[in-house]
Amino acid sequence: MSSAAADAHGGAGMSWFMKVWGCLIVLTAAEVFLTYEQLRLEVMLFLLMGISIVKAALIIAYFMHLRYEKRSLFLTLIPAMVFVLVMMIVMFPDSFRIQTLRLISN
Amino acid sequence: MSESDVTINESSWSGGALPYAISSKKLGMWLFIVADSITFGAMLVAYAYLRVASPDWPVPFKFNPSIINATVMTLVLLSSSITMVAAVQAAKEGRIGACVKWMGATMLGGVLFDILHIREWLGLIHEGVRLFQNPWGSPLFGASFFSLTGLHMTHVTLGVIYLATVAIGFGRKKFSADDVEISGLYWHFVDLVWMFIFPLVYLISARVH
Repeated sequence: MSSAAADAHGGAGMSWFMKVWGCLIVLTAAEVFLTYEQLRLEVMLFLLMGISIVKAALIIAYFMHLRYEKRSLFLTLIPAMVFVLVMMIVMFPDSFRIQTLRLISN
Repeated sequence: MSESDVTINESSWSGGALPYAISSKKLGMWLFIVADSITFGAMLVAYAYLRVASPDWPVPFKFNPSIINATVMTLVLLSSSITMVAAVQAAKEGRIGACVKWMGATMLGGVLFDILHIREWLGLIHEGVRLFQNPWGSPLFGASFFSLTGLHMTHVTLGVIYLATVAIGFGRKKFSADDVEISGLYWHFVDLVWMFIFPLVYLISARVH
């Protein structure tokens, strides 16, 4: 284990993790606040997903210690996973189209 | 001999060395997490697809009780993650009693999350939501809502059982601090998934008026 990982588990580590936890709570509160701000659905979705990705990154980097592991682990796991998740979005144009298709079939 | 050592040090990928410098168990958990995030990703995409494709998708979640309940659930899960971090830290420092206590607190968070979630489910069922029908609109709402949140609740429940097993084993010195850390990875992942379900299922479907 690297010295950075040892530091993360050392005496000073916990206060840092508490700060990350505080950030996650504040971001959650921001999400709930945004929900009632009467934004357009697209803007809201964009903001909520953006905040959620930041929260996920904080959890992976600090709580799951990926930041303190060797970079090779990050490079093996995360880019491929993100690629697969992003590729799922290619389905979406069809979800807009399907309502028109349904009318034609009727 | 020394020459081959130099070669190994030059590149993590040259073979003969651990390229990730972690145990196989931990790598196994990471690979499971990647696979499981793709499962949840597919479920969320399917939910979003159905929602976009259905003009009468219901937005049934009132601020009180649903959004408040889901926000409290989020806070409970986030707090159970920080107690898990404390458990891992205690395990690394060899403080067995403290580790088991923190893991107990984490499990308590998981159980509380489940109780709040079941309360939410019962509320919706009481309002007439079923797998393929509801009083408001697209009948697929129930199917996607219950399968998505149900899969997550199953993960939380299995996580509590997993943590209990590891905590007992660590208390009896059968499991190592590494095992505690690996169970922590799983728990944080369950927390992470909820960070997407909460906005995409609840907040986007909040009844604002």
